[in-house]
Amino acid sequence: MLIFNIVNVKELIEKLEEEFDEVESGSIKPETEFTDIENWGSMHALIIIALIDMEYDVTLTGQDLKGMKTVMDLFGIIKDRT
Amino acid sequence: MADFSVSGLQIAGIGCSIPKQEISNYDYDLLEENEKKLLVKTIGVETRRVASKGTTTTDLAIDAAEKLFVETKWDKESVDLIVVVTQSRDYYLPSVGPIVQDKLGLSTKCMAFDVGLGCSGYVYGLSIVASMLKGANWKRAILLAGDVSTISCSYNDKSTYPLFGDAGSATFIENTESGNNWIFNLNSDGSGEDAIKITHGCLRNLPNEESFVEKERAPGVTRADLHLALDGLEVFNFSITTIPKSIKQFLENYKLEQDNIDAFVMHQANLLMNETIRKKLKFTPDQTLYSIKKYGNTSSASIPLTICNNEGQIDKGDNMLLSGFGVGLSWGNAYIELDEKPITMISDFD
Repeated sequence: MLIFNIVNVKELIEKLEEEFDEVESGSIKPETEFTDIENWGSMHALIIIALIDMEYDVTLTGQDLKGMKTVMDLFGIIKDRT
Repeated sequence: MADFSVSGLQIAGIGCSIPKQEISNYDYDLLEENEKKLLVKTIGVETRRVASKGTTTTDLAIDAAEKLFVETKWDKESVDLIVVVTQSRDYYLPSVGPIVQDKLGLSTKCMAFDVGLGCSGYVYGLSIVASMLKGANWKRAILLAGDVSTISCSYNDKSTYPLFGDAGSATFIENTESGNNWIFNLNSDGSGEDAIKITHGCLRNLPNEESFVEKERAPGVTRADLHLALDGLEVFNFSITTIPKSIKQFLENYKLEQDNIDAFVMHQANLLMNETIRKKLKFTPDQTLYSIKKYGNTSSASIPLTICNNEGQIDKGDNMLLSGFGVGLSWGNAYIELDEKPITMISDFD
């Protein structure tokens, strides 16, 4: 029913790049590890939580965040829950 | 369901007293330059007021109340009730309620007591005052709310130190014959007690030598058990999921039109969190008031301080939606119709 059920990884990457304004467009790939993103820190985790909640209505737990390494891992979690 | 509504109450004034000492998060040397910028942009706290050693919450709140007595011209003998909402009392015992009654020179015939809540405390405090004024048909009440939180945060804990500011507030409330409405919704979930906690210092974990020893809990998070511990992710998730649902339900239950809300005032803990709540509920930026940039998280004083900080946006006949949420976990929503524009003031405490 909900349009945002149709998630694709490209769209997710665009949204992430938009949120992290210190990141250059096109620099995030599905295999990018979050910790490799420039100046990565705990505040980015909050930004991701807020983004995924707003855009996909998916709540990420602390456990999810600890478990996910790459953008593709995040995509997998969203896909599983939408 | 802990909901209720009353008619015929007015806020005569809201006063806030804040320590004169201002600290900028740009001067916090445990953060890298880019972290500082991201903190100000995301969490939203740029500066904070920090109480000097020995200054207590009641010093600030009494100062705010004294100034409000001058402005409102209230006769001190006319106050029947004083409620002090704080988690940073002067002593283990006695409660500060009676101390404040005496220091303010109020009648010994007035009822005075403490309420040990933080983020939700202002809404809870208003609900207690409202129900008691109406239930007992008393004339006037004073609600004091605030905390000196900075004393509980370790300088070596990046997850708490840059977030908190100190403030005390006083709100003067009177019973009137008006037909205006105040509606309350109060909630609790103690299963989240660990999300924001000082574990040592009371009966469960009596203070001992170990309580003072700072230990590294995670990179950048070094603190003692007498310091405040904050599970930021837990609190963030609770706030952006439970709170919008709770407010939406509250508005629906009482058929409150969002367009008729002139001021939406949330507890000020985190800008990204509050903006997420605002966007989920579709409140406009114009309706939503802030003070976090200047003052940080001031616990139960955050809602009154935010109202005073935006006093130009509050007027006679306005409707306010207040929402306090956090430590406990505890949260509450209040819909307040103002007959008159309350006197508002923020003053520096030296």
